[in-house]
Amino acid sequence: RKIIFEKQWFYLDNAIGHIYGTTFEVTSGGNLQPKQEVEETTTETKEAGTDNRNIVDDGKSQKLTHDDIKALKDKGIKGQEIVQQLIENSTTFRDKTEFAQDKYIKKKKKKYEAVITIVKPSTRILSTMYYAREPGKINHLRYDTLAQMLTLGNIHAGNKMIVMETCAGLVLGAVMERMGGYGSIIQMYPGGGPVRAATSCFGFPKPFFDNLHEFPLSKVQSLLSGTFTTETLPADPEENALVEGESNGLSEEKQTSFQETEEEPATEGAMEINPTEEQDTMDINAEDVEFKENKEKENKENVREKQIKQWERRKKLIEAAALLREKNADGLIVASKFHPTPLLLSLLEFVAPSRPFVVYCQYKEPLLECYTKLRERGGVINLKLSETWLRNYQVLPDRSHPKLTMSGGGGYLLSGITVVLDKGKSDSSNSEALKMEEPSSKRCKLQDLPC
Amino acid sequence: MSFVEYGDTIKDGDTAIVFLGHESMFPVKVQHGTVTQTKYGVIRHSTDLIGKKYGSKVTCSKGGWVFILHPTPELWTMNLPHRTQILYSTDISIITMMLELKPGSIVCESGTGSGSLSHALIRTVAPTGHLYTVEFHQQRAEKAREEFREHGVEHLVTVTNQDVCKNGFGVSNIADAVFLDIPSPWEAIGHAKSALKAEGGRICSFSPCIEQVQRTCLAMEEYGFTEINTLEILLRVYNVRTIGLQIPDLGKAAEDNSSSGFDSSSPSHQGSPCANLQQGTVQFKSGVPLREVVGHTGYLTFATKS
Repeated sequence: RKIIFEKQWFYLDNAIGHIYGTTFEVTSGGNLQPKQEVEETTTETKEAGTDNRNIVDDGKSQKLTHDDIKALKDKGIKGQEIVQQLIENSTTFRDKTEFAQDKYIKKKKKKYEAVITIVKPSTRILSTMYYAREPGKINHLRYDTLAQMLTLGNIHAGNKMIVMETCAGLVLGAVMERMGGYGSIIQMYPGGGPVRAATSCFGFPKPFFDNLHEFPLSKVQSLLSGTFTTETLPADPEENALVEGESNGLSEEKQTSFQETEEEPATEGAMEINPTEEQDTMDINAEDVEFKENKEKENKENVREKQIKQWERRKKLIEAAALLREKNADGLIVASKFHPTPLLLSLLEFVAPSRPFVVYCQYKEPLLECYTKLRERGGVINLKLSETWLRNYQVLPDRSHPKLTMSGGGGYLLSGITVVLDKGKSDSSNSEALKMEEPSSKRCKLQDLPC
Repeated sequence: MSFVEYGDTIKDGDTAIVFLGHESMFPVKVQHGTVTQTKYGVIRHSTDLIGKKYGSKVTCSKGGWVFILHPTPELWTMNLPHRTQILYSTDISIITMMLELKPGSIVCESGTGSGSLSHALIRTVAPTGHLYTVEFHQQRAEKAREEFREHGVEHLVTVTNQDVCKNGFGVSNIADAVFLDIPSPWEAIGHAKSALKAEGGRICSFSPCIEQVQRTCLAMEEYGFTEINTLEILLRVYNVRTIGLQIPDLGKAAEDNSSSGFDSSSPSHQGSPCANLQQGTVQFKSGVPLREVVGHTGYLTFATKS
């Protein structure tokens, strides 16, 4: 199968059988495996200048022309040799400082020596990749913020978690990784069905999906008020059909990815990273091809199979509803494009006391409101609104400094711990009682002010 | 209760967190016949705690009340007895993710210190993983063992009392990840490499000073580690406050009354009842940063063995 990555195209066939972390060099169409450590091309001349007082930018320092370079490339000459040629034909190279020479070589290597490393998928890789490549799809949830969520939510094996996300299934995948197939997850989804495009990139084994449940967000209110029945579901045939289609596609996709991960671990779950850029990505074109194949298969499926699936779906839905009704979940994770306040006020009902919850939002203001509303509702303590800053460093001898600050773009978190709701308070769902409470919570805040 | 498994009710021998409010809390060891003093009065374990649900409100003798919380590594981090400087949850979270820890992972750690990170690591690798932690200070190693026993996680952790720079982790080729929080991590990189699995793994070193990072990075490169990456993570906490800002008197009051000439204020006093034009203030909600925040904990250097 042909895959395109960073303006290069190649086949993955040759990568099978190698361990994760192996670096490959791209030739015309296929992959060949170079040595792990490329012996440093020690520039025969170790002479270097001390400063740039005599270096003038006249645009003529490179003696090779654009066409010359293109000719070298067309001849299929190794990238390493092209870099060497460029160095030899640079008149200013020798006058540059040693550090500048290093930088020059690195820059050229990045351009001409196409190497890719295939690594195993993990939350670290996928969340970094999604933040770099598709931040819009995950509501700009930066990877360090996701890490905070997993820790603040005390995600671990054996939990019964409720997850509400519209982050392409990345948050769900991260939670699944931390739970290792122990315990259960109920994914609340808006619209026709849960999106799990990122989840499938993890290549989880099949048993991980046995205790993964899903429940439509639109049925939460009826479940809370006790009017929920499965009879209400088929009443909406249009939505149901839509759900069918999507869930079929997804489960199909999952199945194929299982098969492939078992047979040839390097192909499907594999991620390609470009070590020169230290930027990882998963090939999207590959997914598209696979998706088309799935569609075809889907069409061939007969009606009966669909009915069986529909029945199974309903059965799973009843199971999920039963799990939620117990109201003893071990935590709640919310990271969506929706306003967090109504989500939290409803979904917290399903969480047991003394359990953590974490809400992510790209913006601070909705979380300010959420904070106030939760204070009014009660049943929560240790509310905390936070944000993390991440700073990357370049560490090289005599050249260490911060690389880039990433502040603001990573989103905000509101976290807290549930406690037993006061009997009086829980009954006072009428607006009068809320009004009564409002001033008191405000007074609290005023008291906070001096400290 | 266990640090790796939620329980519903408080039992004899549990470690529970007493929450007094406003981030003020402390751990208690629940024991029949014991009493705990708080500023709200006495808590009698036998009657007030044992058998109650975690998350309950407990009324103390003076009529005040506290909440009793289930222990988690994060709450423990905020309340543990310090024997050394500890790692806090912000750093711990990025360490856990970047080391790719999950149930079943085998982790090596040094030094154990006060066990703040240890509890979080054990939580994440349970029930099938294991933590090998090395502490050269005998008393601290002993205290850590005792805590792990009390917290019901001793089966998931092995504490070794030796010098990691000289003697290593006491295991070889079994770890998925290694974490170093010692003054001279570069002296332990070789041992870390041999502790990691032959097929590879991840390493992290925590150092407060850039000079330490420098030497560590060189050592990592020398031992063939790849994907070396140094980062720093900082937490910002915001207080949610309602702020009132006074509207300056520009002598426009007369105009404002006849026509709604003061446009900028009119949407706010329609939208929220908080805006009070008579007093001349506009109120709004804001997330205010704390006056003083942690500016630096340490640099985290990650690398891969492959």
